[in-house]
Amino acid sequence: MCLAVPGKVLDIWERDQTRMAKVDFGGVEKDVCLEFVPDIEVGEYTIVHVGFALQRLDEKSAMETLALFKELGELDKEFGDAWAQAARDNGREVPE
Amino acid sequence: MKYIDEFNDPELAKRLLDDIHASVKQPWAIMEVCGGQTHSIIRHGIDQLIPDQVEMIHGPGCPVCVTPLELIDKALEIASRPEVIFCSFGDMLRVPGSGRDLFRVKSEGGDVRVVYSPLDALKLARENPDREVVFFGIGFETTAPPNAMAVFQAKRLDVPNFTMLVSHVRVPPAIDAIMQSPTCRVQAFLAAGHVCSVMGTEEYPPLVERYSVPIVVTGFEPLDILEGIRRTVHQLERGESYLDNAYPRAVPAEGNVAARKLLSEVFTITDRGWRGIGVIPDSGWRLSETYRDFDAEYRFQVSDIHTEESAVCRSGEVLQGLIKPHECAAFGKQCTPRNPLGATMVSSEGACAAYYLYRRLTTPSTSQPEVASIG
Repeated sequence: MCLAVPGKVLDIWERDQTRMAKVDFGGVEKDVCLEFVPDIEVGEYTIVHVGFALQRLDEKSAMETLALFKELGELDKEFGDAWAQAARDNGREVPE
Repeated sequence: MKYIDEFNDPELAKRLLDDIHASVKQPWAIMEVCGGQTHSIIRHGIDQLIPDQVEMIHGPGCPVCVTPLELIDKALEIASRPEVIFCSFGDMLRVPGSGRDLFRVKSEGGDVRVVYSPLDALKLARENPDREVVFFGIGFETTAPPNAMAVFQAKRLDVPNFTMLVSHVRVPPAIDAIMQSPTCRVQAFLAAGHVCSVMGTEEYPPLVERYSVPIVVTGFEPLDILEGIRRTVHQLERGESYLDNAYPRAVPAEGNVAARKLLSEVFTITDRGWRGIGVIPDSGWRLSETYRDFDAEYRFQVSDIHTEESAVCRSGEVLQGLIKPHECAAFGKQCTPRNPLGATMVSSEGACAAYYLYRRLTTPSTSQPEVASIG
């Protein structure tokens, strides 16, 4: 759960006095809060945990980590359907 | 077995392993605190690639696993209430409470939702002003600042129907407790990289000094872990102990200053019970007085909780590194990921789940010959 996934900042805006960004994680895009790394700019890479940028990361490290996470299925775990996964693990149906 | 081929740079992996093998002259026990690291170690067979004399002891750094049963039961009770939308990270859905889990609560009609970010829960609260939106705020120092931000914003934006059930935990007091235990065998620690991305490294030198124990800040990827182990055994073999940062690309010494500032504004350090371990002084955070109105434990007075742990589950001993998962009689028999008796068999960071997923019932010693040729 403490895993932070690297992503690339695509777009930055303000919402409710909060700095937000669209971040690309190897094809999956998410809205991410930039309040903890406020000076990051479009095109830079950051590690993101539960929708928050926590630190800058250089592009090379980011790309290597993303490739590895993709191969290990970590990206599915992070961004996939948690109900479907829990149901699969458990041999139960997803409740309506 | 093709473990070493699976590293993204097998040449570098081999060099690191050769160095570790050449350095180690005597037996050592190293604890990786973080459950994400445990999974990486077991999945890639790192514990089998390093010398036999180096034992990896798996630590309690799985937030889902250590969330106290009483709080899980409170969460289940609150989530069952008709006025409540209960929001959680996906990891918590199948953590066993006393007889049920959030998955069951939903199938019984509770409005349980999985969110990616705590800000998604806050958004739900603003969209549903007639409902009570409760977010289950668990996690270590990595997750605490995002959760703190959700509460901070709830107050600033005046969202009175948003509350958080808080069970945050902190790594350094857990290291302190482990070192004070009379049964402690740990001689060095790999500190959790992303926890230090937030908190920096200043909390660790006092622990190094107090217990003369090497602490090496380490990342999560297989090569990061090998590098962390390599630096650790160098210190151990030389009889040295200092704080070393083997993950500088994501960990500046000061951590994330903005995140730490918000943490101290929103949370107050408190004693916290750890499931399977007991209360560790100063090992948690709760909402500070200023944010009390957003505390779900305060908003929803839940009494009448009668907790009931499985009688056979030994997850507490697993979490303290006293036994390995397969040494529990229930492992892989009554207790599987499909039918978990303890949280360590559920979570993607639990040691029991890691052993079950990647090693089944094979113990490290029986599979040793297959990898001996690599080192």
